[in-house]
Amino acid sequence: MSEGAVDVKTVKKVVFVTVGTTCFDALVKSVDSQRVKDELWRRGYTNLVIQIGRGSYIPSKSSEGDGSFAVDYFTFSPSIADYLRSASLIISHAGSGSIFETLCLGKPLIVVVNEDLMDNHQSELAEELADRKHLFCASPQTLHRTIESMDLGSLLPYQPGDAMPVAKLMNKFLGFPSE
Amino acid sequence: MEEFRCGDCGATIVGAAVALVVIRLAFVTLCSGRPLGAAPQHVKTLIILGSGGHTAEMLSIVNVLHKDRFVPRFYIAAATDSMSLQKARVLEESLIAKGKISNRKVEEVARFAQIYRSREVGQSYLTSIGTTLLATLHALWLMLKIRPQVIVCNGPGTCIPLCLVAFFLKVAGFKWSFIFYIESIARVRKLSLSGLLLYKFHLADQFYVQWPQLQKKYPRAHFVGCLM
Repeated sequence: MSEGAVDVKTVKKVVFVTVGTTCFDALVKSVDSQRVKDELWRRGYTNLVIQIGRGSYIPSKSSEGDGSFAVDYFTFSPSIADYLRSASLIISHAGSGSIFETLCLGKPLIVVVNEDLMDNHQSELAEELADRKHLFCASPQTLHRTIESMDLGSLLPYQPGDAMPVAKLMNKFLGFPSE
Repeated sequence: MEEFRCGDCGATIVGAAVALVVIRLAFVTLCSGRPLGAAPQHVKTLIILGSGGHTAEMLSIVNVLHKDRFVPRFYIAAATDSMSLQKARVLEESLIAKGKISNRKVEEVARFAQIYRSREVGQSYLTSIGTTLLATLHALWLMLKIRPQVIVCNGPGTCIPLCLVAFFLKVAGFKWSFIFYIESIARVRKLSLSGLLLYKFHLADQFYVQWPQLQKKYPRAHFVGCLM
């Protein structure tokens, strides 16, 4: 993925962007901006697929083939699992659902925090996981800089969680024998 | 003179009633968090779901619970949230398909219900007084109908009226439900409003958190690690 060495891109490398069930126009606008697209192209990515949700901002579609960045979008899909699986990089809103779905697939992830939300507890989770080096955390304004400076090799794989400790404590409390 | 005596008598009755309620309240609060001595065969379990990640976490717990002990299972989600109950139904159907439970039909082990939301995202606080009242009455109706022995929840807004009703039914001596509260994984440094309420007022019998920072801040909580 060295810079400049990829004038002719033969391998398709998809960036998948997801805003979740609501809308997050600031993120869609940010990834649709020229500086973010340029930065992604420079880092070797060839395709951008954006799930825009209920947002009103519509990104400009462009098809692949002419040696330029391809952009596609859709509003909702019953399951984003296939999009996540086929992507080389995921840029997501800060909802815990898409964060953990991505991390458990072992895909590199940039979480963009929605600063317009009133009760912004969402940044807590993204920042904690960024501190633990499982993902990169950005805002719509700083996304291009994060893409420019990110070192995917520095990310640590996430060990999927386990609900057994909760079940054991519940069993113990209720007096059920532990198996 | 007669009137005075009556007044005295009334005051005594009111005083005694207040004292009784206070004693009962203290008793219930003190008993909350005490483990059950002898386990019943199985417990009627209420599972409260919610969009925005709550349902995924709840279902990960249901997935590892002993299905013959935590049965029947009642799932409740907000009336505006159709996805959550659908996901719970898919899980229950998959348990039957995989042979993890001996029953043949989902209806034998699981029920699904919706509840009015006390407050929509962005709703004004003034109108939410009315909607909260409506949600609480609906919660009372559902709790009287279900009468769960165990309530499991992780903090969507809909769990507040249900847990409050459960607590009042405990105080009234009508039905004793154990509340297990798991703070959502999204809460790393601060508890959610539901979490704070259930923790501060000792409404939850067991309180679990998924991040060590929270356990340090709220020592009565149990640290259980990440569910997801």
